[in-house]
Amino acid sequence: MIDRRALFLHLAVLAALLAALPMLAAYHVTNIAKIMVLAVYAMGYNIAFGYTGLLSLGHAMFFAAGLYAAGMGISLFGLSAAGALVLGPVAGGLAATLVGLLALRTAGVAFMIVTLMFAQAGYLTILYFVKYTRGDEGIVIARAARAIGSVDLSADTPRYLLAFGIFALALLLNLALVRSPFGRIMVAMRENEARSRMLGYNPYTVKLTALAVSGVYAGAAGAAYAVVFGYVGASLASVQYSILPLLYVLLGGAGTVLGPFLGALLMFYLIDYASSATSAYLFIVGAALILLVLFAPKGILGTLRERHARWLP
Amino acid sequence: MQLGSIFLLALLEGLVSASVLALTACGLSLVFGIMRVVNVAHGEFFMLGAVLAWFTASLMPGPPALTFVAALVICPLIVGAVAALADMLVLKRLNYEPEATIVATIGLLYILQQGALTVFGPNALPVPAPLDFRLQFPGFGYSGYKIAVILAAVLLLLGLWLILTRTRIGLVMRATQIDRATARAFGINVDRVYAGVFAMGAGLAAIAAVLIVPIQQAHYLMGADPLLLSFSVVIIGGLGSLRGTVVAALLIGMVDQMIPIFMPVVFPAYGAWFTPTLAKIIATLVVALVLVFRPQGLFGKRMA
Amino acid sequence: MAAVILEARGLTRHFGGLKAVDGVDFDLRQGEIHALIGPNGAGKTTFVSLLSGRIEAQSGRISFDGRDITRLPAHARVRLGIAYTFQITQIYAALSVFDNVALAAQSRGSHPLGAAAMEALSRVGLEARKDQIAGTLSYGHQRLLEVAMGLALKPRLLILDEPTQGLSQGEIETFNGIVKSVVPEATVLLIEHNMDVVMELAEWITVLNFGQVLATGTPPAIRANPAVQSAYLGA
Ligand SMILES: Nc1ncnc2c1ncn2[C@@H]1O[C@H](COP(=O)(O)OP(=O)(O)O)[C@@H](O)[C@H]1O
Ligand SMILES: [Mg+2]
Repeated sequence: MIDRRALFLHLAVLAALLAALPMLAAYHVTNIAKIMVLAVYAMGYNIAFGYTGLLSLGHAMFFAAGLYAAGMGISLFGLSAAGALVLGPVAGGLAATLVGLLALRTAGVAFMIVTLMFAQAGYLTILYFVKYTRGDEGIVIARAARAIGSVDLSADTPRYLLAFGIFALALLLNLALVRSPFGRIMVAMRENEARSRMLGYNPYTVKLTALAVSGVYAGAAGAAYAVVFGYVGASLASVQYSILPLLYVLLGGAGTVLGPFLGALLMFYLIDYASSATSAYLFIVGAALILLVLFAPKGILGTLRERHARWLP
Repeated sequence: MQLGSIFLLALLEGLVSASVLALTACGLSLVFGIMRVVNVAHGEFFMLGAVLAWFTASLMPGPPALTFVAALVICPLIVGAVAALADMLVLKRLNYEPEATIVATIGLLYILQQGALTVFGPNALPVPAPLDFRLQFPGFGYSGYKIAVILAAVLLLLGLWLILTRTRIGLVMRATQIDRATARAFGINVDRVYAGVFAMGAGLAAIAAVLIVPIQQAHYLMGADPLLLSFSVVIIGGLGSLRGTVVAALLIGMVDQMIPIFMPVVFPAYGAWFTPTLAKIIATLVVALVLVFRPQGLFGKRMA
Repeated sequence: MAAVILEARGLTRHFGGLKAVDGVDFDLRQGEIHALIGPNGAGKTTFVSLLSGRIEAQSGRISFDGRDITRLPAHARVRLGIAYTFQITQIYAALSVFDNVALAAQSRGSHPLGAAAMEALSRVGLEARKDQIAGTLSYGHQRLLEVAMGLALKPRLLILDEPTQGLSQGEIETFNGIVKSVVPEATVLLIEHNMDVVMELAEWITVLNFGQVLATGTPPAIRANPAVQSAYLGA
């Protein structure tokens, strides 16, 4: 049951992104490509947090699973870029499932801390195996390896188009998911777990499935990041990268399909603008987090949906 | 050095780090126990205490011992005031809703960290030790200041315990912990208690930091380790239990310090593949698993 | 007499020193409307929570349709056909009335979903409000929505915990009609304080007091029981 208006809106956003490509300066082409990749990550985060109510502080681990599966697959095992893009989501989904099996025995604050701890262990593991991961310094993927067929993905236009393709696929699947019967169950779990259990839904398996899907998204974004930008480093697995999608989702609107993209877009340019003025971009992140939870906990699209457009998915 | 001396040295180092950790973690535990707030910015209050100690020590004229004592009083007060302000302006308005509160304290973490970087710069800031004598142990000499840190922490923890169990303030805090609404009905100003508890928790972290800066320099990124260690301590000790927190701090502080000193002696592979990073990985996983399988902590009793 | 569909033996749940449910033996017959009554705090909610699996039993045994379900988690019992409506209304306040019921129908695997959900809504008379946000319904309508969710599960045993609390007289009559229409295909276990509703609907009554069965029998037998009169009805 996909509302006509909703489908049209999402297709229009995609069309606009595609139409924008020839008009954008090179600098913005790279930026928007990065934003689209990070938006896929945030969409995955939103499936867990926004739709299912699982506030994780450890998604960097799932992002990093895809990132390193791709990066190490290419640099150590001679995997192709296309193969890496397939392996990434698998790795992300697997990591999320393993973490979820344990972490979902807890809830609320304990869940936040457990996911934080697991992700921290993951981050330290990357540092520990510095011989293979190159630790903080990271892996730079050779330009020759970043190609699908004869298309060089390190050039602006192909890189934008690849990021766009992954983003479009992720967005439409996200839309289909939240409008599917399972999407309704995810929301039910977020809204009232006790009630959902007494309707015959097993909270553990529902949440585990949602978290796994979320991990697939994060892993896909990680792999895309590695292939599109050619860099894989430990800082991308740090706590900050778990907070980032939370910030995007809170800003754009938790539990909305376009929210993660909108949040990523605005936050990216806000930070970009701020860091050209001062070095204090973390101020912006910190202040944004506090102001959002204080004054706009539903984010931009969440507020819009509440006031004007209930059909917004 | 003899094995016995090495053991003694490791024990002392462990006690130093355990006592500082106990103070820091008690602050976190107090805030969680009474307010049910998980304060992710706790490590930044620690860091703030440390850089302010440097600021006080380098700005105030007079001998190091005097400026240090001044820092020991001033820094926790300033940090406590910052915390009380954060509580009143942010946490209270969120009605202490657990998840929103955590997100807000993450925001606070970034702001404090960036604030310290902007004001104090990226360099490590040294603070001279107020005491300058060494104690001779069999086989090695040991900093008298470190011994003083252990003693100071023991006294402070005793003081905290007395405040919580023997004074009206402690009674009011416990009443608020048990039931906010009833406490309010009995005329307790719950808002003030909460701001006070949050300030006290931050102040404890700041005191711990002031004590440690003569040993370990102040730096704007130094908050991460005490945060993670305090979390571990509070989780292992049982959320909100102060006695459990102190026991767990002893355990974790000792293990944390003794591994790098003692392990290479008994375990030759240490350093080759059994590095401090691996030890950290294992510790982090253990803490996560404790929270999953024994949420009441290792020393707490399971609730019905 | 009809076959026993649910059987509990020695069912026990204490909260600390409080014996909320204390060694209860209990039989439900297929297709009956069975009322569970007793003073406040008698342990009625706890007892049906043990049956539905919302609370774990400390000892005792429950079998449903010949199958031991004592250790089965709540959601699995719902799938077997035991539906439970909460005493304290538990709806999805932020979702639409339709989505609330659709979630129940979907759990049952009903197809087509929309029709099944609408049927349940029309049985409680809420079909016109399907697009309203559930949290904005009046209290009585929320109770009826909760009942509709129970119906949409197409249960074999429907447990209703004080469903008429806060309903108007008109709504109570609608409710009585709904309950009567459920049997004899399904069985109903009804916790109820309103004696008129009990006497109108129940074929069998069990009285709980201090966590134990005080009496069980037909409505006239219960009415005549002196122990019940002094403990409860006499009040
Ligand atoms: N989760 C619980 N923890 C502690 N005591 C409880 C709990 N649930 C119910 N009780 C107590 O058990 C007794 C029975 O409660 P309940 O089953 O709700 O009674 P009823 O539904 O008959 O009014 C009451 O004294 C109640 O306070
Ligand atoms: Mg009851």
